[in-house]
Amino acid sequence: MTQITIAGQSVDLTDEGYLTDASQWNKEVAVELAKTEGFELGDDHFKVLDFLRDAHAKGETLTIRKVGKSGIVDIKGLYKLFPGGPLKFSSKFAGIPKPTSCV
Amino acid sequence: MKDILILGAGTAGTMMANKLRNTLEYDEWRITIVDQYKTHYYQPGFLFIPFGIYNKQDVIKPKSNFIPPGVKLIYSEIDKIEGENNKVYLQEGRVLNYDFLIIATGTQTCPEETPGLKDKLWYKDIFDFYTIEGSIALQKHLKDWKGGKLVMCISELPYKCPVAPIEFVCLAEAYFAKKGMRDKVDITYVTPMPGAFTKPVATKMLSELLTEKNIKVIPDFYLEKIDNDNKKLISYDELEIDFDLLTIVPVNMGSEMIERSGMGDDLNFVPTNKHTLQSDQFENIFVIGDAANIPTSKAGSVAHFASEILFDNLMSAIEGRPLLAKFDGHANCYIETGYGKGALIDFNYDTEPLPGTFPLPGIGPFGLLKNTKINHYGKVIFRWIYWHILLKGKEMPIEADMTMAGKKRVTV
Repeated sequence: MTQITIAGQSVDLTDEGYLTDASQWNKEVAVELAKTEGFELGDDHFKVLDFLRDAHAKGETLTIRKVGKSGIVDIKGLYKLFPGGPLKFSSKFAGIPKPTSCV
Repeated sequence: MKDILILGAGTAGTMMANKLRNTLEYDEWRITIVDQYKTHYYQPGFLFIPFGIYNKQDVIKPKSNFIPPGVKLIYSEIDKIEGENNKVYLQEGRVLNYDFLIIATGTQTCPEETPGLKDKLWYKDIFDFYTIEGSIALQKHLKDWKGGKLVMCISELPYKCPVAPIEFVCLAEAYFAKKGMRDKVDITYVTPMPGAFTKPVATKMLSELLTEKNIKVIPDFYLEKIDNDNKKLISYDELEIDFDLLTIVPVNMGSEMIERSGMGDDLNFVPTNKHTLQSDQFENIFVIGDAANIPTSKAGSVAHFASEILFDNLMSAIEGRPLLAKFDGHANCYIETGYGKGALIDFNYDTEPLPGTFPLPGIGPFGLLKNTKINHYGKVIFRWIYWHILLKGKEMPIEADMTMAGKKRVTV
């Protein structure tokens, strides 16, 4: 675990760069985290991040399928917003833990 | 007279019926179990059918053989559960009341969820091996298949028996080698997961095993549709994979009855407390096996370990005491790797599969995360154990809680 300061906010990150405490998140932190992965976040990205944060707060398990059924974006759209790992990247920028597939 | 109603007479439901009937007084408790089908399938055996190792008669027995006297078995489809009124509606308009309900309706494959899957190539060049029909059709197809690109694809998570697709490609590799046509078959393993398995230590071991067998792994591939004309898999991010023969794990979903009852998540699995196995919605409803949304493998071994916890908690609920037994997500899976060998993994919610020995620390006889002959015999013997001990709810010499004894803490 490492502690760094981004967007004037001190945050704790896992070795893979996920926030360990979702309450340390704000929009500026999201923008900076996204930049480190080469993403520039717009409104459509933030709609997904808000959905993920809400669902996470309710203790729901997140899957790509669930986001695709949310009415915010379909699965194809989600891949366009976060190419290369839609749930992995969106979870990281939303400040929630890395999605785990529980096999 | 009070009623316990069990929905589903598969592995989980049958074990619960036996455990409960052995304990509860006949003059106080009526136990009823409902299932629409009369045949009990030994599902771990489906994997062996495509290669002619098992045939249909090796994996079927009447469900009624395993339901003890004193448990009423009703063959019927289930319309829905009305949790507010403690009622279950069956298909012919029959209504059953319950004091406690156990949902054990499992998971099923839904090929129609993927566009182009149940289309003109279905059971011609595309097969599943999670149904008796699929595995028998695949056996026939493989007998005179001339070779080409064999692709094993997992459509969606979660799915039943997470190691089965790995076992399938290993057994296929050995099958083609034995037929002297391994050089004519190109085997590819396609998964939406980031590697051959989810957890790091097991992924490393299994990836090495697949590499050794010259089986290619394509991770992070999330299947959108099948192009039947060009024989291609297409992902949501528009990657394409060619196939000549596709074996697939279709999307897994819980029973439609769960959806009709308004009790499921987006895949019709029932939101369930992962420790107590009580439904999140109703205090007198418990969920066991694949039907639950708990974050562990959908596998018979999980249902077996969970059955002991559920039994304890149901007894507590009946007596109005708090539910103290806590399920740890324990799973134990034999992995057939071909050439008469096998591997074994043992894990739970918190501990990933680790190397070691099982069940006796330091002795075994089984080796965890090791590819050995004795592990293969474990799997062979397991079919007998399943029919004669496990389903009947008898004691097994393995604890419900996973133990660290015999395991070595390692990281990749």
